[in-house]
Formats: sequence, C-alpha cells, structure tokens
Amino acid sequence: MARPDLLAESAEPKPPPVRPAGIGLAGWARWGWRQLTSMRTALVLLFLVAVAAVPGSMLPQRGQAPEKVAQYLDEHRTLGPLLDRISLFDVFAAPWFAAIYILLFVSLAGCVIPRSWQHFRMIRARPPAAPRHLTRLPQAASYETDETPDEVLARAAAELRGRRFRVDRGAGWVAAEKGYLRETGNLVFHLALLALLFAVAAGAMYGYKGNVLLTEGKGFSNTLAYYDAFHPGREFTASKLPPFSVSLDRFSARYVTAGERRGQPTDFAAKVRVKNSPSAPERPYDLRVNHPLSVGGAKVYLLGNGYAPTFTVRDGKGNVAFQGPVPFLPDEETTFTSEGVIKVPDAQPTQLGFIGLFWPTAAPGPDGKTTVSAFPAPLNPMVALFPFKGDLGLDSGLPQSVYRLDAAKMQRIDVKPRPLRVGETVTLPGGAGSITYTGYRQWVSLAVNHDPGRGPALVAAVIAIVGIVTSFLVRRRRVWVRAGAGDEGRTVVEVGGLTLGGPHAEFDDVVRGLSGGDATKGSDEA
Amino acid sequence: MIDKDLASLSNQLMLGTVLLYVIAMVGYAADLAFGRKRAAAAAEVQERVLVGTGGGSEPESESDVDSFDEAAEAEATERREVDWGRFAVLMTVIGWGVHLAEIVTRGMAAHRLPWGNMYEFMSAICFAAVTAYLVILTRQKVRFLGPFVMVAAIIGLGVATIWLYNDPGPLRPALNSYWIAIHVTAAITATGTFSIAAVTTVLYLLAARREAAVGAGTPDGAAASATAGEGLLARLPSAERLDRLANRITMFGFPIWTFAIMAGAIWADQAWGRYWGWDPKETWSFITWVGYAGYLHARATAGWRGRKAAVISLLAFGCLLFNFFGINFLVSGMHSYAGG
Ligand code: HEM
Repeated sequence: MARPDLLAESAEPKPPPVRPAGIGLAGWARWGWRQLTSMRTALVLLFLVAVAAVPGSMLPQRGQAPEKVAQYLDEHRTLGPLLDRISLFDVFAAPWFAAIYILLFVSLAGCVIPRSWQHFRMIRARPPAAPRHLTRLPQAASYETDETPDEVLARAAAELRGRRFRVDRGAGWVAAEKGYLRETGNLVFHLALLALLFAVAAGAMYGYKGNVLLTEGKGFSNTLAYYDAFHPGREFTASKLPPFSVSLDRFSARYVTAGERRGQPTDFAAKVRVKNSPSAPERPYDLRVNHPLSVGGAKVYLLGNGYAPTFTVRDGKGNVAFQGPVPFLPDEETTFTSEGVIKVPDAQPTQLGFIGLFWPTAAPGPDGKTTVSAFPAPLNPMVALFPFKGDLGLDSGLPQSVYRLDAAKMQRIDVKPRPLRVGETVTLPGGAGSITYTGYRQWVSLAVNHDPGRGPALVAAVIAIVGIVTSFLVRRRRVWVRAGAGDEGRTVVEVGGLTLGGPHAEFDDVVRGLSGGDATKGSDEA
Repeated sequence: MIDKDLASLSNQLMLGTVLLYVIAMVGYAADLAFGRKRAAAAAEVQERVLVGTGGGSEPESESDVDSFDEAAEAEATERREVDWGRFAVLMTVIGWGVHLAEIVTRGMAAHRLPWGNMYEFMSAICFAAVTAYLVILTRQKVRFLGPFVMVAAIIGLGVATIWLYNDPGPLRPALNSYWIAIHVTAAITATGTFSIAAVTTVLYLLAARREAAVGAGTPDGAAASATAGEGLLARLPSAERLDRLANRITMFGFPIWTFAIMAGAIWADQAWGRYWGWDPKETWSFITWVGYAGYLHARATAGWRGRKAAVISLLAFGCLLFNFFGINFLVSGMHSYAGG
C-alpha cells in the first residue's frame, strides 16, 4: 500500500484474508501471523490486559500485601485455593498475564513496524495524481478566469507550496498533499509504547528491590544479610549489589497537634549517613518521603517508621542476658500503639520471652481501666510486658519471625502486666530474672530499589505523548487543481479537496487565494 | 496554621456556586421551554442554507451548522423579550467565577494547593468540567450542553458537600511534593473534560435514537424536529455533530490523561520507590486509559462511528468514575489516603 487509495487511512497493512491462503503449514503460519498482527487483534489484546488487571485490583496481591492474601485464604477455605491455583493472588506475575503481555508486544510490533516502513516509503512517494472529476470530492469549487491554464497551475503550485504542501504537477493538473506528521506521530506513539513495554520488562529483569528495617544508631550495608525481604530480577545476582552502606542517626516525625485532624502526620525525616563503599568518605543525607537517596545506582526510600523500646533483661543468675532496642510494629497508624516480642535465648536457667505493648502517648482508655495511646508522638511513652519462660524454639532450624513468639513450648509467667515508665523494672517471680524498660528509639523501614529500566521508560512515555498529541493535531489532506480551456477563451479551474476526518477550512483559503473569491463552492452532483 | 475565617468563607462560596448553577440550570430549562419556536425557525433557515450552497447534502463543516444556528437564534430572540439562554450562560459564568473563588480561598485557608482530599478533588473536577464547557462554548454553539453540565456539576458539588466534606488541613507527607501540582491537576483536568465528553455522548445516543425513530429521510436533528414537534431532544443538534463533538473532546482529554498517569508514575517513583506497582488506583487508571484508547481506535481505524464507539466511551467513563469513588472507598491501596 505504497499509495493508499484516496486517503484511505492505512490502518491495516493488508486486510487479513478470511481463510488461510494456500494449504499447508506455511499458509497457516502466514495466516496466523496476519491475524496476530492486525490492529484488531492488538486492540483485543490490549482490552484483555485491562480485563485481566481487574482481579488484580479487587483481590489482595502477594506482591503488595502478602498478609492480606494469607488472611483471605484463611477466610475462604474452598474458594481461596481455587483462586490461588489460577494465580489470582499474583495476577501481575501470572503466566497467563505474561502470555497476554507478550502476545500484545508481538502483535503491536508486527503491526507497527511494517506500517512504519510503508509510511517511510510513502513520505518519499509523490502525491497521487488528480482524479478526473474534482467536483465529486467532498470539498470542491470551480471558477472561470482569464489567466491561461499554465498560469493558473503555476500559481496554484506556488500557493500550495507556500502552505507547505508537497506538490506534484501533471498535464493540466496539480496535486498536493500534506499532514504526514499525523501518521508519523501515530507511529511514533505506538513505537514508543513498544519501547515502554520493553523498558518495563528489562528493568524488572535486571534490577532488584528489597526492604530493610533500620533502628536509630544502627547501620546497614548493602548485602543480602541485612535485607528483611529481597527480590532480585531474573538476571540479577546478589554478588552484583553495590557495596554502599547507610546508617541512621535520628528519625523525626511531625504531627498535627490539635483539631479534627490531631495525630495526622505532616512530615517524616530521617538523618542518615551514607558511604558509597567501605573506603569512601561518609556524607550526611536528609532522607524524606518524596526525597529518596540515590546511591550506587540504587535508590533508597523512606517508607515507614515505628518505635523500638529498649530493654535490659537480667536472667535468674543476675547476668545481663539482653540489652538493646527491639523494633515494635505499629498496630494502628494514627496512634502508633505498637506490639513486639523480646526474645532472650541467652537467659539462664531457662530462656525468656516477652510480648510487649508500647504506647507513645499512654493515656487511660475510655473505660478508665485499659491504657491506650492518645497521640503518635512519644509524649508519654509506656510499655506493658507479658513474660514467658521455657523454650523459644529457636534451635528447631525452622525460620521464625522476630515479631512472633512461638509459645508452644513456653509457659506464661504469672505477673500482672502494668504500664511501665522509662526506668521501671519488673521482677519476675521465682527468681527467673528481671526486665528493665530503659527508653526507646525509632526505626525506619527503607525500600532499596534498582531499576535500570526507569530512565528509558520515562523517555518512551514522553515520546509517546508527544507522538499522540502531534497525530491528533495534524490532519492529512490533499488538494488537486485542474485547469482547462472553457468557452470564449476563458479558463475553467476546478479545485478539489479531501481531508481525513471531515472537511478542513484551509481548503477554502486555498480556493480564495486562487480565485480571488468568486468561486462556486460545493459539489455539483452530490 | 489553618485560617478558619477563610475556610468558612470558602464553604459559603461553595453554597453560592451551587445556587448560581441551579439558577443557570433553570435558565437553560426556560430557554428550552420558551424556545420551541426556534426549532421550527432553525429548520426554515437550514433549508435556505442548504439551497444556498447548491447541494442536497447535509452541512459539512462546523461553520455551516453554526451559521444557521446563529440565524435561528437571531430570529428567535426577536420574538422573545427575555433571552433565557443568554441569561443562563451569564449565570454559568458568574457561578464559575464564584467557584474559582471557592477553590482559591480553600487553598489559602490551608496554605497549599486545594487538591488534598476527596472533597477538594470533587470540587476541582466539577470546576474543570464547567471550564471545559465554557471553553467549548467560546468556539462552538454548544449551549444545548448547558443544562446537562449544570445538572452534573450540581450533583457533583452536592455529593462533595454532603458526603465528602472535610475541613481543610495539612497534607500527609506522601502528598507533600510539587508533583501534586502536576499529577493531580492533570488528572482533574482530564476527568473534567471526559465528563463533558460523556454528557455529549449520552446526548448523542438519545439524538441518534430519536433520528432513527423519526425516519431515515432527514438525518439532521434540527430539520427533523420540525416534524417531530417539541421536546427536549428536538433542540439537540444532529447526532452526527454530537458524535463528532464527543470525539473531539475525548481527543483533547486523552493526552492529558496519559500525561496524568505518566506524572503519577514519576511521582510514585519518588514517593514509593517504584514507578508502577499495580496499586488499585494505578490499575484502574490503566483500565480507563485502555478504554479511551479503544474508543479512539474504534473511531479512527475500525470506522466504528456512532453507537458502538459511544458505548465504549461510556464504559471508559464508568471506569473513570469507579476509579474515583470505588477505589477510594472500597479498596485500600496506597492512594486511599485521598479521603483524609
Ligand atoms: C504510577 C503511579 C500513579 C498513577 C498511575 C496514578 C493515577 C492516578 C489517577 C488516574 C488519578 C485520578 C484518579 C481519580 O479519578 O480518582 C490519580 C489521582 C491522585 N493521585 Fe495518583 N497515580 C499515581 C501515583 C501517585 C502518587 C505517587 C501519588 C502521591 C503520593 C498520587 C496522588 C494522587 C492524588 C492525591 C490523587 C487525587 C486523589 C484521588 O483521586 O484519589 N498518585 N492518580
């Protein structure tokens, strides 16, 4: 379709034949390829991606909220496993999702790349010759003049060139065309979408992401051991981790202090020190939400925060068996009532464990008996502890969460829990030891992310927008002029115009420019 | 930190806006009710215009359609003392100004861009929709959209005031970025624009049905109305023109929507550490994008004008609404703090 017939929008390179052309494998293959690469198939696949994404937004997803998936499976004993079988909790990593995505990629490529080639050839081809009857075109005008046909055509060619048409001349006619940018923009848009899909996939393959919890006064170096969760791309190995390190000096949060929104956070900031490599100089950095740290090709983001009360535990023999901060997880974002577990495997004669509650601003609850947290900032930080003794089960070899106490082989020590102030000590009965609440620190959770595809993806997206806007603004249009001898030595001039998507006002300007305003407008035999 | 006086001034301006929009809506309704004769006049004039161009074809360009609209208008005004249509447009413009003041005072009260919670988004989206209507009105005769745009805006602002209201407050840390100016402004503009496209599409479907009922002989709405008599639909332009108008408005909104998603992705990259994570709001903005892309393709390449394309466009708009209401209220994702 080097020269599409009268502006037929070259949507489809060739209409797919209804049946396979010829028999045999090759015929079927060609037919299948044509089907796959037709614009219609690409559109259907695009719709399919959209439809496939719906369950991903309605059901909890492992990628975003694994704990919610576990809860869902717990609550839906029969339906849950069925949905799990077809990857509905991992929609965006499911094989069938990848299948649609890859088919779409192939279809789009197969559709757009040949079309780009055709378009390139067409830009260099000449505008199509004038049809015989210009007056039948959607936009038409005619007039008579005393100029000779040659003069008229020369003037027409000049006028049209002046309007940046590409112009061709034949015997008694001028043909002109412009607006190729429309198709160019359209193709650029689609090619950019291809590039975008490609960048996204490549970025996921060659990048990594992970989460780290960091308490004030501590540091982490970028090795697997420090990560709470680590997701490498398929082509990424942990040995490629750049050797930077980050340590947290201080975290601070600000909250609304009065009114209806009391307790809403307004600012989070973490003062950190960064080293690009063990031998590099240290630099300070102010890590905030919306203000990530770039280091070693990765980015470090401030995601969450919480409290880590500090304790000193003495065992039955009077030795310090544990000393330091223990990160507690917030149960509730608005008040930061937090919960955590202290495990003391070194305690003698038996191991000790504590389940703890932390209230940053402890206050009596509405019933006067319980304690609640009235504010997320540490205005009155108190802790309550539930002690256990026995076997923590750490030697079983099974991985164990640091936020959970496996109470199977432990025995509750009977002390009435009460809210403790900083510095207060609980002495365990039966000479089992004691625990002192010595203060608190704050912790932050960091996301570390390396995605080599993000830059190319951004460039592709920008190009896509520029392409689509161009293609929407420009319209492809053709104008033809015929001039021939009429009665009484005068010259009859016919002008015809054809514009994609309806008539274009420029046609009238062209006619006015040629005739000086006395042309009859309209098709005379429509 | 929050200026109480400005905040309550903003709330009063909101009431004023709704009131003015109601008055405008009544004006448009009066225009419809008392402007019946105009339809007949329009038919007459149209006849003349068509004869003038020397062909039996329907008017091809916007300017043709406009010129006979205008002539009809002039004739109709002679017969009436109050030009309700012009009054309604005036009320719309004043309402728009008060609406703008409402948004500005809200922002001044909170010392930030007033795009921080659902109440504020809803107000801004309605503002964007009314703005889009007024902008189109300066270029084309689209007064017939007026009553429907007013109804939509009144409902939107009503929902905002009754169910979504929040006192102005500071932003959450995640929202505290200059990207809110870029991403949310683009999302609001596109949503407002798509709302007008949806109104036009619904009118298109009604007009197309009526034309089919009136008979194939006179495809032009204004001409058909002469035989079909009065009624709201009789005042609508031809289905073809409505279809084309809806398409143009969507073509305007689509790149802005694309840009909003892209800006959101850049922001997500800054705030959450990934540019795309299939968060529910991201997912549904993608689904909406696909819907509108499908609509534009259906028209441009598959040659699906009319009904089928209109249905896709309305489906896409449904996804847009679901993204706004459904995702913010039903599903919890990273975007859900929008309510606070
Ligand atoms: C890939 C990333 C993102 C995408 C695709 C995206 C998409 C969208 C869309 C389509 C809307 C308009 C939705 C509607 O009609 O409700 C929207 C609104 C909004 N976005 Fe995003 N967004 C992204 C990232 C972000 C980020 C990182 C933030 C801030 C931290 C953010 C904050 C907002 C806010 C405040 C609104 C207006 C509230 C709302 O309607 O929920 N977005 N986003």
